[in-house]
This record gives sequence, structure tokens and C-alpha cells, in this order.
Amino acid sequence: MDIKVDVRESKGDMYVVDLNGEIDVYTSPKVKDAIGDLIDKGHYNLVINLEKVRYIDSTGLGVLIGGLKRVREHGGTVNLVCTNPQIKKIFDITGLVKIFGIYDDEDAAMQALV
Amino acid sequence: MNQPATQAQGSLGVVELRIPSKAEWVAVARLAVAAVANRLNFSIEDIEDVKLAVAEACTNCIQHAEGSAQIQITCETGPEGLTVRVSDFGHGTRPEGIRPRRTDEPTVGGLGVFLIRSLMDSVEYDVHPDRGTNLVMTKKVAH
Repeated sequence: MDIKVDVRESKGDMYVVDLNGEIDVYTSPKVKDAIGDLIDKGHYNLVINLEKVRYIDSTGLGVLIGGLKRVREHGGTVNLVCTNPQIKKIFDITGLVKIFGIYDDEDAAMQALV
Repeated sequence: MNQPATQAQGSLGVVELRIPSKAEWVAVARLAVAAVANRLNFSIEDIEDVKLAVAEACTNCIQHAEGSAQIQITCETGPEGLTVRVSDFGHGTRPEGIRPRRTDEPTVGGLGVFLIRSLMDSVEYDVHPDRGTNLVMTKKVAH
């Protein structure tokens, strides 16, 4: 079980974090580091693409929440791309759908950042 | 070797697993319990619920049970569904480890217990300061 993390610059000062795999108590530090590095470098508008994430637990949610809190301090935000019903269900029952912008594709998530 | 599905669903089966109380072993626990749940007449969504609940319980043991090197997971299957007991052998989980918290504000932590209670049909904690914490949770099969 592992997570693959790819970071790429998109238009403007927006960055996309592509995640592929399972995010749990073991793998979430890797995601936290990638998001933290971007924020440390002054990038506060992020799209995190969860389309290839098969599983996420509360530690993964905690990493996303922590990233959102940090970018909000600088007037930025984090939008998510997610269509997996099981993962969307986790965001729904935890109430995180009210906190994150969750979009069906990357273009929509980017557009909402502009 | 393979029993007919209806026979497996009606019989009582017990599967025990003990893992090191370390993050890298949680995936083993959730996949093992998913394999047990797959023996019952659960939907894929129900199996995913059980997987996540068990993983959250193990994560709680790792993060909050001081002095426990092992986590024991016991699965009992029966006609009504699956009961999973997750036990640590620490000094009792600290209260923040079992307090559910839904997030209307962005807050890190506290979601695990909320998820367990949301995803399973019944959840009971049994905390012993000298013997550790047992979490017993049940998922019923929809008839």
C-alpha cells in the first residue's frame, strides 16, 4: 500500500497535487509534506486531485483540512477533484463537503480558484 | 474447500489477527477484515464501511493507546452480520481518543471516532486503565 504524489504547476500561480493510491495513517505524512512544501514556497491556491485515490481515512482528511487552514491564512483555498462515490461519502458524512469545494474534474476545480 | 455461500453466511466463524501497533500494519488489518466481510452477504459499500471503521479503530490504538505494542482484531461472523473487536493492551485510551467530533469548522483530528459511529450499526467502548481498550462494533447484513 502506498501513495504516489505528483505536484505540477498550472496556469497562474495555481498548483495541482495528483494523488494516486491509498491515504491512511501510514501514507498521509507523504501527502502532508507535499502540500506543506507548496505552502512554504508561497503557493496558496491548490487543486488536489483525488481521482486516483482508492481509499482515504481520517488522517488523510486531517492532512487536507490542515492544508486548507494554512492556505486560508494567506487568502488562498484548496479545491478537490473527486468522483469516487465511496470517498465522496466520507466527505459528506463528516460535513467536509461544506468546507471544501469538491468538483468532478480538474478544469472545474481550477476555474473555481480563479 | 469452498462452502456454498449460504452455508458460510449462516455459520458462526471467528477470525483473529494480531498486528504490531504501527502505522504500516493498519492496511493489513483492514484488508484482512474486508476478506472476512466478503464471506457475508454485504454490499461492496458495506465492506468499504467496515474496512474504514476497522482502520480508524487501529489508528486510534496507535495514536492514543500508550504502552501497547500490539493490536488484536477479532472478527465474528454470524447470520446477523459481522462483529469486530479491536483491542489494545495499553493503559487505556485517553478521552480525546474516543470523543467523536463532526467538523463544521476545519479542525484536524477527532474524525475517526465519528466515522466509526457513522459507518457501523453499533459501537461500544470498554476502557480499562490497566488492561487497555476494547472497541466492539457490529455491521448488520441487510436482509
